[in-house]
Amino acid sequence: MSTSTIAAPPSTWRLDDTHSSVGFQIPYLANAFKGAFREFEGTLDVTDAGAKLSGAAKVASIDVKDENLAAHLQSPDFFDAEQYPELRFAADRVALDGESVEVDGEVTIKGVTRPVEATGTATGPLTDPHGNERIGLTLSATVDRTAFGVSWNAELPGGGQALGNEVTILAELYFVKAEQ
Amino acid sequence: MTKVLAISGSLRRDSHNTALLRAAAERAPSGVELELWDGLKAVPPYDEDDDGDLAPAAVTALRSAVAGADAVLFATPEYNHSIPGVLKNAVDWLSRPFTTNPLRNKPVAVVGASTGVFGAVWAQAELRKVLAATGARILDRELAVGQAADRIDGGRLTDDETADALADVLRELEAIVHAREAALTRAAA
Repeated sequence: MSTSTIAAPPSTWRLDDTHSSVGFQIPYLANAFKGAFREFEGTLDVTDAGAKLSGAAKVASIDVKDENLAAHLQSPDFFDAEQYPELRFAADRVALDGESVEVDGEVTIKGVTRPVEATGTATGPLTDPHGNERIGLTLSATVDRTAFGVSWNAELPGGGQALGNEVTILAELYFVKAEQ
Repeated sequence: MTKVLAISGSLRRDSHNTALLRAAAERAPSGVELELWDGLKAVPPYDEDDDGDLAPAAVTALRSAVAGADAVLFATPEYNHSIPGVLKNAVDWLSRPFTTNPLRNKPVAVVGASTGVFGAVWAQAELRKVLAATGARILDRELAVGQAADRIDGGRLTDDETADALADVLRELEAIVHAREAALTRAAA
């Protein structure tokens, strides 16, 4: 596969958080459970040496349908929002192959930083009705939550456990080119 | 000064677990102050119909005591391989409403004594499980004081090794309190 790093005039792209989403999906009982974060930020920096992608999500903004579940997910059993208020991501390699994109970086969850590879698609650039240049990145990555100390589980009466360990992180990112 | 509320799961006048907490208060490291809570017997059975703005006075007092403490130290006996019903009942009251309950993020530690050799290890594990469900910040350590009748005489702890271990638990609890304060300070900055 021939890949190239994003090559463009040096530029900074800010995340349009109104239209973007950052969430996760995890096996739970007989299906997959999805959650998201309402507050996050991100930046895509294109330099002569390549592109860098970075971002953070606020744990306290976790968005699930029940407030008691949200409170449990923020407790020390899961993300421990008080001690570790942010999830972070930083990548200094963003490789394009047509519309496919591969991102090598590090994710920090509950204070633990580990390497992660995200893959997905890139769209654009295109110009929106207001004259802004936009690009889109749709990325997913899989991590083992127990490697980050997020290890709550519950035994099922018939054997096995309620919650899976492999978590898929899903990000639909809309970037707007910042004024130079 | 780190304020630790000490809650014994035993109502018995000559309780070994209450004696452990009295010993912890006497041996507390400088900077740590223990208050022994003695209202467990007055807490009524949990009933959601009785909860809310007009919760029973004993419950309101318990919630206020936990909210006002920097940390909580529990000492539990073991009844039928688990924690006493009165202690579980008190934690159930404390856990409501879940999203704002006073145990949420509260540093807590669990110790236990029994007259047998195991020192209430199963009860301690059960209590840690229950406290985790409330969202408490739990010290990952047990202190199993077995053969308590040989270590406690006339309501006083006579075993220096146990006394030192209690002081260690309080020091570790104090460290969690300080880490929590640092996180809250960072968040406010």
